[in-house]
Amino acid sequence: MAEMTLVEAIRDAMDEEMERDENVFIVGEDVGQRGGVFRATDGLFKKYGAMRVIDSPLAELSIVGVGIGAALYGMKPICEIQFADFIYPAFNQIVSEASKMTYRSNGAWSVPMVIRAPYGGGIGGGLYHSQSIEGFFTHVPGLKVVVPSSPYDAKGLLISAIRDPNPVLYLEPKKGYRLIRGEVPKGEFTVPIGPANITKSGEDLTIFAYGMMHFYAQKAAENLEKEGISVEVVDLRTLVPVDQDTILKSIKKTGKALIVHEDNLTGGYGGEIAAIIAEHAFTFLDAPVRRLAGPDVPAVPFSHPMQEWFMVNEEKITNAARELAHY
Amino acid sequence: MPTKVIMPKLGESVVEGTVMNWLKKAGDSVEEFESLLEVESAKVNTEIPSPAAGTLLKILVQAGETVDAGKILAWIGESGEQVPAESSQEPADMEMKHREQQEQESAPAQTAPQTESKPAPMDLENQIAAGRDRDLGFISPVVAKIASENQVDLTRVNGTGQGGRISKKDILSYIKNRGEVEAEQEAPAWETPGEGDLFRPTEMQFPERFATRNETSESTSGEAKKPLQMKSSTAGQLIPHTKIRRRIADHMQMSKRTSPHVTTVMEADMQNIFFHRAKNKQSFENQGVHLTFTAYFLVATARALQKYPIVNSSWTEEGILLKTAINIGMAASLGEEGLIVPVIKNADSFSLIGIARQVNSLGDRARNHSLAPDDVADGTFTITNHGTAGSLFATPIINQPQCGILGVGLIQKRAVVSADAIAIRPMVYLSFSFDHRILDGSAADGFLAEVVKNLEKWN
Repeated sequence: MAEMTLVEAIRDAMDEEMERDENVFIVGEDVGQRGGVFRATDGLFKKYGAMRVIDSPLAELSIVGVGIGAALYGMKPICEIQFADFIYPAFNQIVSEASKMTYRSNGAWSVPMVIRAPYGGGIGGGLYHSQSIEGFFTHVPGLKVVVPSSPYDAKGLLISAIRDPNPVLYLEPKKGYRLIRGEVPKGEFTVPIGPANITKSGEDLTIFAYGMMHFYAQKAAENLEKEGISVEVVDLRTLVPVDQDTILKSIKKTGKALIVHEDNLTGGYGGEIAAIIAEHAFTFLDAPVRRLAGPDVPAVPFSHPMQEWFMVNEEKITNAARELAHY
Repeated sequence: MPTKVIMPKLGESVVEGTVMNWLKKAGDSVEEFESLLEVESAKVNTEIPSPAAGTLLKILVQAGETVDAGKILAWIGESGEQVPAESSQEPADMEMKHREQQEQESAPAQTAPQTESKPAPMDLENQIAAGRDRDLGFISPVVAKIASENQVDLTRVNGTGQGGRISKKDILSYIKNRGEVEAEQEAPAWETPGEGDLFRPTEMQFPERFATRNETSESTSGEAKKPLQMKSSTAGQLIPHTKIRRRIADHMQMSKRTSPHVTTVMEADMQNIFFHRAKNKQSFENQGVHLTFTAYFLVATARALQKYPIVNSSWTEEGILLKTAINIGMAASLGEEGLIVPVIKNADSFSLIGIARQVNSLGDRARNHSLAPDDVADGTFTITNHGTAGSLFATPIINQPQCGILGVGLIQKRAVVSADAIAIRPMVYLSFSFDHRILDGSAADGFLAEVVKNLEKWN
């Protein structure tokens, strides 16, 4: 097994799938000759040519629109939104067309499309290159939402997403592109869309997180282990569909939940996890369910100290978890 | 119709009270809830508020008289109104029964006869007997579920969560250990916080002593307001006995006559307590609890009493009566006025924070003279803290009818030999006076050694 960065694992998945299935193609801004602004498609243009790695105009609605059209003709498009912040022009295509297609055609048509979008802050990207957007899309039935937090899952989940007959929004924690490293097997393997992953077993409380926050949650759990606090960490991995069983199994064991996301608090995805716990595991709770999320400000600020203030990080998670453990 | 003022029942076990002082004269007008008189009962003074607005028509019980709870003390009504003559003779508890029948829907049953119709605010507070009912705090859904599934009496579970809350861990460990000895269950309870300020180490001690001196001189000059009546004579000055002085004297004499006293002394290394306190003081503070050394001594003593129930006893002619509850009194000085011993009821059922909270509350109330009679009743053991005045060890007198009293000396850094090296350690002498009728030296020393062990092995 080779050690890879998160972005290398993503590239590896696309490369393998393109090689395996000629219907798989990539469309997006700067994905071709440039190899993507984060180098996620580096080398693929050279290998597969301009017809399968397509440089698009700066028009996200057309990137997704082209994807939907191609998918309806049996292709397997991978649409790259250069920064998740830019996805809103394509919102109507995703919500009104892609996610509803199978439903409104009574199963006659489907949109086997993947939309890849790097999300999240902490990279000095300011207001238009740092946002988390999952909250808008997890509300949409008919659209799967996946967020990997390790290179292994990144590859396995992306392959599953490409092969899935329905549209999948695949969100990539861009701060972790080169920061997160891990063992990834060469060759074909999949990580199924659906199950969450208990990445660390513990007794005193459970941290539910995904993407970059899961990476930090693991660090926080290690810190707290030294203080004698036993933390269970659940990587949700798939936000829609959500793995209710794993969430409930964990909370029934620990009785305390800390839900962490970088997206701002109000209306954030964490509310859904909190509601699942409150509805189905109320009598197992030993403390109020806690959410740790980005503050409700319009965007991740550009100024470095302000960005640090915004970002949920290892220290903030450690503190919140410690507090909850002592409740 | 005039309103009666009745001698309140100031505590569950208090059946009589003495009128100390009328704050109003017959003919004076009073407001509802305005302080009307002072009543003393079991060494505790309480101001009794007026049950109604009007004129104080007639005082039936004069200052200095002691009457049963429920007796009519005075009448309040409109100026010139006639006082019903017959009622002043009628036993008030009969009156109470009549009234209860008449006022069935009036406020939740007050078991103690109160002043007419409205309960005095003081007495409402007194209904919550210190230490008797533990405030369990928030019970989480999972704790409630586990408690009901396993038939756990939550008052028996030590809370180590926030503010002494019983966490899931606490109840699970309680269930796990339930089969084992009761004493063992209390063991993990100390992780939580509290505060009082009866015991202090040397470093804090000396500035305190200066402060205390200043306060004392102030309070002496403050006495001018309420001068003690000193009679001069050629032989010297006679200070007339206050009631509290007389009671202390009687009690001390009785105790010395009753029990053959023996005092044994051991010393304890307070290093671990110092570390623990330094580590937890702030977190306790955040929960509004001031963590003092007193709390540690109480916890260590309560644990030792659990292990040596014979020490928690009374001599009777029929036999030695082992007390079921461990109620530890902590002697508190009221300065010139003497001393008082507020009691922490069921001291063995509290975590450190619970004890610390009680110490805070009782200490404050002792200083403010706002202890309720129940706060000083039913002690089964006493701790006295002569160290606050700099005393190293003492031979305290047993608080009858208890078996023993533990004296805590000044906590002082001393050079001690540890592992063949000289170390500087915060040390304290513990003096244990016991009733030799009940205990022999070896049992007494066993108990005292257990207290020392609890302090030294604190973690």
